[in-house]
Amino acid sequence: MSPGGQKRYVALAAAAAAVPLAVLAVFFVVPVVGMLRLGFFPDGELDLGGVVETLARPRVGRVVWFTVWSASLATAVTVMLGVPVAYALHRLSFPGRRILRGLVAVPFVLPTVVVGVAFRTLLADAGPLGFLGLDGSAAGIVAALVFFNVSVVVRTVGPWWEAMDPRREEAAAALGATPLQVLRTVTLPALRPVVLSAASVVFLFCATAFGVVLTMGGLRYATVETEIYLLTTQFLDLRAAAALSVLQIVVVVVLLVVTGRTRPSPVERVTVDTVARRPRGTDLPALIVLGLALLLVVAPLGTLVVRSLRVDGGWSTEYYRALGDADASPALAVPVGTALENSLRIAVDATLVALTLGLVVAVLVTRRTRRPGPRRLLSLFDGIFMLPLGVSAVTVGFGLLVTLDRPPLDLRGSPWLVPVAQAMVALPLVVRTIVPVLRSIDERRREAAATLGAGPLRVLATVDLPVAWRPALAATGFAFAVSLGEFGATSFLARPDAPTLPVLVYQLVSRPGADNFGMALAASVVLGLVTAVVMLAVERLHLRGVGAF
Amino acid sequence: MLETSHLTVTFGDTVAVDDVSLELPTGEVLAVLGASGCGKSTLLRTVAGLERPDAGAVLFDGVDVTGVPAHRRGFALMFQDGQLFPNLSVGDNVGYALRLRRTPRGQRERRVAELLALVGLPGFAAREPTTLSGGEQQRVALARALAVRPRLLLLDEPLSALDRDLRERLAVELHDILRVEGTTAMLVTHDHDEAFAVADRMAVMRAGRIVQTGTLEEVWRHPADAETAQFLGYAAVVTGPAAEPLFTVAGRRASAIALRRSALHVAGSGPLSGVVRSARLSSGENRLVVDVDGVGSLDAVAGMDVGLRAGERVRLELDTSRVAFLDSGPSGTGSAGDSTHAARRHIRGRRARRTP
Repeated sequence: MSPGGQKRYVALAAAAAAVPLAVLAVFFVVPVVGMLRLGFFPDGELDLGGVVETLARPRVGRVVWFTVWSASLATAVTVMLGVPVAYALHRLSFPGRRILRGLVAVPFVLPTVVVGVAFRTLLADAGPLGFLGLDGSAAGIVAALVFFNVSVVVRTVGPWWEAMDPRREEAAAALGATPLQVLRTVTLPALRPVVLSAASVVFLFCATAFGVVLTMGGLRYATVETEIYLLTTQFLDLRAAAALSVLQIVVVVVLLVVTGRTRPSPVERVTVDTVARRPRGTDLPALIVLGLALLLVVAPLGTLVVRSLRVDGGWSTEYYRALGDADASPALAVPVGTALENSLRIAVDATLVALTLGLVVAVLVTRRTRRPGPRRLLSLFDGIFMLPLGVSAVTVGFGLLVTLDRPPLDLRGSPWLVPVAQAMVALPLVVRTIVPVLRSIDERRREAAATLGAGPLRVLATVDLPVAWRPALAATGFAFAVSLGEFGATSFLARPDAPTLPVLVYQLVSRPGADNFGMALAASVVLGLVTAVVMLAVERLHLRGVGAF
Repeated sequence: MLETSHLTVTFGDTVAVDDVSLELPTGEVLAVLGASGCGKSTLLRTVAGLERPDAGAVLFDGVDVTGVPAHRRGFALMFQDGQLFPNLSVGDNVGYALRLRRTPRGQRERRVAELLALVGLPGFAAREPTTLSGGEQQRVALARALAVRPRLLLLDEPLSALDRDLRERLAVELHDILRVEGTTAMLVTHDHDEAFAVADRMAVMRAGRIVQTGTLEEVWRHPADAETAQFLGYAAVVTGPAAEPLFTVAGRRASAIALRRSALHVAGSGPLSGVVRSARLSSGENRLVVDVDGVGSLDAVAGMDVGLRAGERVRLELDTSRVAFLDSGPSGTGSAGDSTHAARRHIRGRRARRTP
């Protein structure tokens, strides 16, 4: 920032910051605080008895314990699977590598209900893996969580590994270290921060997983997240739900702080041209793990597609045809085509909101200043917009439900409620995609433009924009995919007469009957396909670090 | 005319620029010479308007511009690695400031062509910056900075990123280009050769302070103190009783005498004598370290044809055009101990380099 005469720009920046802050306040802070109030001040007075009573229930104990161990186990497996896959896909060169990278990336943006349905199909007694007897088991849930999160590890660790200076490993090898010793003494220590960072994010996602657990666990296995949902919608026990939300927020905030600590700084990266090499014999273990991971990705999705086309032992598109027919099932309030239309329309709005706010936030947090005051302010601003990453979508959806029902913020009927809530979920991902790219610009290039006579906005147009448009485009696709599949907040907020596709799939799955399940499969395939197409388009942009944390 | 008046810039507890007052008359080129970390770049950035001073002012033609943002100062800054905009062609980079000022297209293109010719890159307008070599990028950056005839051109180590050959050639060209354009320029560098090649005036900076200013000649002939002399490339500074024999030969007395590496040369009838400590052939001459009687270890040179070995006695002549006399300054007054210390430090440095 230039000194003096800059009051106008400070004012401009403040105004720009005010918009996302206001949206975040209304659609995130107010609901979360409202939910906290419901838990602690049920009758306008502080009452911790209810909270204590809720937390002392045996079922709550079981739910918390299940949340912790399933998330821990899933995180451990995800990392053990993800790190070798990151190596294979980012340090080795073989034909089809890019397609495989795209394939591995798909699960993360697949709608959670689709993942849940796919795994149920795979593990059902009549399914290909039915003999394992894992249907409705905790192991099945953990497998689905791993499926969902492997791409987070791959896409976070992979680009890092790719950009790591190979000469350090070569130096160790030249000093006599065997490949295994190089891995243990040089490579893994260098990767430690980024692996830890990815692991804590994965743990966060696993511990707050909603759609997967809800569709697979039923009433038997519940995490804190699904329990909040069940307490709210099935038992109407809002106080208990609020108490659990509080518990979750506390855990998540602690975890976010830890994540923030371990997040590696981008300056550690080097920009040496690393040439991925052909696989050798020593790469076999990594390639085997890659094969396993691909199997884990392909098997449920393949089963899903096959089953959706099997009717009464024969091949048929009956379930797909039934999607257009509102009378095909009593579970359908609207034809699936209408729900897809709703989903797409909402996703467009949500993407617009997320992208606009995300760009403003990204541009603001990457302005550099050496003064400690503004710098601290910017880093606080940066942190605030990471919050939705950790606070569960269910909490936000539930909070919106209980706070935005009275003036001046009666937004229940507003067509913007669902898109903006979804945008809040996608916002951190948009910011995380654009910020690293803007940060990588040498500040002196901006200064060169400024001394040549370019004002701050012109600097933005000359220096930042040409670099930012690609990540912005990628973030657009990413936000769109996330919004298409968003289920946690949407399940609370979507109007019954205008459900989104994931909501409809869940409604179909929770009804008995082969027809309902078959239609759920067909609807899942449609939803998954739309999302996968968007995601593969993003992958075509060759962008590193989309979906990395 | 550029003036800085009692300029002070701090970062936290560090005082990067400490009460700096400088003057740069219009049309002249000033080099601020200093080691890395001495605050010279911060000084330059503060003049450019990229840093805010904690105290003091920047004035241009008598007008206080301290509060004017960088893009309204009408200055231009050129970084050591050019910082071209990779998304614009070479021509668009050079014409960038012209476009900001809404110069008509035809006029702009003429000026761009003229500038590219000036920096020795005619016909490069359509090229992409990424296809250029480091030296070419630097030339484009210079053309870009000159495009709108800035009131003041600021150069941050403009040639440091280039290899030696190119640096020496470009330094001469830079000197000529600045004269052709009649540009007032301020250059910061750690390389005294670069400073001498490009500038008219010099300011020596150390630990945030300006320790000496003057014309090249003044600074060269009379370094303010021993440290400045060494920074300017003088190999040794001798003070106190050890300097007496040298003063006698030079016919002039001062508080200290600074010697170039080649100030002493072997001559059969020279007035000084000493014992050769070491001899080493280098390009074009025979480099010696001689323990000069009554003075101490000093560098000296001999012709390539003079075969000398350690332990031989030689006679030496002093070339007074290769010495400087230091009159005052805190580190200029010292004892014989100081003098040998300076010389020894130098020798030690050389030995260290020779040991693989």
